[in-house]
Amino acid sequence: MFDLLGIPPQALFGQLLIGLINGSFYALLSLGLAVIFGLLNIINFAHGALYMIGAFCAWFLLTKLGLGYWWALLISPIAVGAFGIAIERSMLRWLYRLDHLYGLLLTFGLALVLQGLFQNEFGSSGQPYQIPPSLTGAFNLGFMFLPVYRGWVVLASLVLCFGTWFLIERTKLGSYLRAATENPALVQAFGINVPRMITLTYGFGVALAALAGVMAAPIYQVSPLMGADLIIVVFAVVVIGGMGSIMGSILTGFGLGVIEGLTKVFYPEASNTVIFIIMAIVLMIKPAGLFGRAR
Amino acid sequence: MRAPLVFAIVAAFVAGIGTAQAQISVKLGVMSDMSSLYADIGGPGSVEAAKMAVEDFDPAKNGMKVEVVSADHLNKPDVGSNIVRQWIDVDHVDAIIDVPNSGVALATSQVVKEKNKVFLISGAASSDLTGKACTPNNVHWTYDTWALAHGTGGAIVKQGGKTWYFITADYAFGQALEADTGAVVKAAGGQVLGSVRVPLNTPDFSSFLLQAQASKAQVIGLANAGGDTINSIKQAAEFGIVKGGQRLAGLLVFITDVHALGLDTAQGLTITEGFYWDLNDKTRTFAQRMAKRNNGKYPSMVVAGVYSATLHYLEAVKKTGSAEDGAKVVAAMKETSYDDPLFGPTKVRVDGTAEHDMYLVEVKKPSESKGPYDYYKILATIPAAEAFRPLAEEKGVCPLVN
Repeated sequence: MFDLLGIPPQALFGQLLIGLINGSFYALLSLGLAVIFGLLNIINFAHGALYMIGAFCAWFLLTKLGLGYWWALLISPIAVGAFGIAIERSMLRWLYRLDHLYGLLLTFGLALVLQGLFQNEFGSSGQPYQIPPSLTGAFNLGFMFLPVYRGWVVLASLVLCFGTWFLIERTKLGSYLRAATENPALVQAFGINVPRMITLTYGFGVALAALAGVMAAPIYQVSPLMGADLIIVVFAVVVIGGMGSIMGSILTGFGLGVIEGLTKVFYPEASNTVIFIIMAIVLMIKPAGLFGRAR
Repeated sequence: MRAPLVFAIVAAFVAGIGTAQAQISVKLGVMSDMSSLYADIGGPGSVEAAKMAVEDFDPAKNGMKVEVVSADHLNKPDVGSNIVRQWIDVDHVDAIIDVPNSGVALATSQVVKEKNKVFLISGAASSDLTGKACTPNNVHWTYDTWALAHGTGGAIVKQGGKTWYFITADYAFGQALEADTGAVVKAAGGQVLGSVRVPLNTPDFSSFLLQAQASKAQVIGLANAGGDTINSIKQAAEFGIVKGGQRLAGLLVFITDVHALGLDTAQGLTITEGFYWDLNDKTRTFAQRMAKRNNGKYPSMVVAGVYSATLHYLEAVKKTGSAEDGAKVVAAMKETSYDDPLFGPTKVRVDGTAEHDMYLVEVKKPSESKGPYDYYKILATIPAAEAFRPLAEEKGVCPLVN
C-alpha cells in the first residue's frame, strides 16, 4: 500500500482515532468553560480542579461505598455540581460586575487550594481506577486495536457536546440564558429569575467537568494533578475556538486533539507545545479566536 | 589594676570564639520534586529521611549543629540551579541532597562543583553524573541508569527478549536510560528497532504505545519514571500490549508506582531496586519509622538513599572537622567503607558511585501479597561489584578515574 510521508496508512488512521479520543476530553472540558464564560463572564480556572474532584468522587464511590462506574457517572456530576453551586452562591456572585481578572484570580486560587488539599491527602501518583467490566476488551478494527472504553468515551462526549450546544443555541431555555447574558435587567423584568438561572448554569458547567473527570478516571490515574495537567491545554483550546463560543470550543477540541495526535507521530518531541503554537498563530491572525465574535 | 581586667575580658572573648569554632555547623538542602510527577518517589519523604538521618546521627553529641532546609525545583533545571546558587551563596548550605530529575541534577552538579560544596544524589538516575559529568563533589548513592539497564534490561534479554522498542522521556534521564539499555541489548546480540521521545509529564501515552505496537518489537522498554511510567503501564494494559504477545519492560519502577498502579495492573513486572523495605529487621524498622512520619507511605529506594547518604555525609564532616571544603568531605566519604543499615556493605568509588548490592525483583500477584506494600519477590541479588558500571569503562570518560 501507499505510504503517507513515510507512515503506513493504517498507523495513520490509528493515530487519527487516538487524536479524536483525546480531543473528546478537550471538547468536554472546554465546553464547560465556554458555557460558564459565555453566560457568566467568569474565566473559571477552577475547572481543572473540579474535573479532578469528579474523578476522585468516582473513586470514593467505588472504594468506600462499592458503587461502580455507572453510578459514579450519575452521582459524581450531581455532587460536584452542587459543590459548584455552593461556590457560585458564596463567592463568585460578588464578582460579576467586576473585571474578568477578579474571577480569574478567585477561581485560580480555589484551584490551588483544592489541588493542594487533595495532594496532601493522596500524594501525587494517584489512585488506581479500573475500567468497568462491561466496557473492557477491545475491537480489532484491522488498522488498530480500539479499546471498547475509548470508543465509549468518544461517543459519549459527542452526544454530550452536541446536546449542550442544542440546549443553549436551539431551545427556549437556552434563549433565556443568552438573553440574560446580554441584558440581565430586561430579562428579569419579564419575570425570569436571572440569578437562579445563572447559578444553575454554573452548576451545569461544573457538572460537565465532573462528568469528564469520571470518564477520565479509568484511563488516567485518579490523581490530584490530573486537572492541572489538562487545564492549560483546555484554556488554549477555548482561546483558539473563541472565548464563549460553544460550537467553537467543541470543534476546536476535537480538531486540536487530532492535530496533537498527528504531531505525536511526525515529531513527538513537540506534542506538548503544538497547541500553543497554534494558539499563538490564531491570536495573531484572528484575535477573537476562530469562532469568536469581538466583544 | 586595669591590665588583668582587660586580659580577662580578652581571654573570655577568645574562649567564646573557641567554643563557637568547636561546634561545626552544617546546613543541608533537600531539593526535590515536591508537587508533580516525581513527588511520591522522593519529595516530602526525602525531607523526612534527611531529618531522620540528622536525628539518628545526634549532632549535639558530636559537637555539631545541623539544619535541614528544603525546596521544590519544579522539574526545571533553571529553577533548580537558581535555588542551589541562593542556598550556597546566601543561606550557606553545605550539601544539596536528592534532586530527582537528571536534568536538574546535572545543572545542580555544575553549580555545586563551582562552589566546592557537596551533592548527595539519590533521586536522579543518569549515569553521566558519575561518568562524563562526574565531579569531585558528587556522591551518587542509590542507583543509576547503568544499573537499571543491566539489571532489568539484562534479565529480560537473557529470557529471550531480543528486539526492543523504547518509549523514552525526552530529557537527560530518559535518553541516558535508553542509551544504557540499548547497549546491553546490542551486546547480547539483540536489536533496537526504534524509539519515540515523549515530553516529560504526558498524560496520554496511547499514541506512543500504538507506535510501539506497530514496531512488532518483542519488548517495549519504558525509559521513563514516576507518573509517566504509571500512565504508560496502565494504558498499555488497555491497548492489550501484553495480551498481544509483547512484553513491557518498566526500566525504572519504584515501589510507590507499584502502589499507585495496584497489583492487578503491575503484577509480573521485573524491576531493579537498590532497597526494599522487607529485606531484614533493619530495613523493616526503618520503613515503619518512615511510614509513621510520612503519611503512612513506605519509603522508596530514593528515600532510603537520602537517609543513608545524609548519615554518612555527617560522619565525614565530623571526621574532616568542617563542611566548608566540599571536595575534602567527599574524599573522606570515599576513604571508608560502610556497613549501611539499609544498603548493606557500601563503598563510595573514586568516580562518586556508591557501590552496594542491587536486587532484581518481580512484582507479586494480588493473591501472593499480604497487604499494602508487600509487593516484591526477590529474584536475585546483584552483587555490588557487578551492579554498577566497571571503573575500567570510565577511563577517559570521567576525569577522576585514571
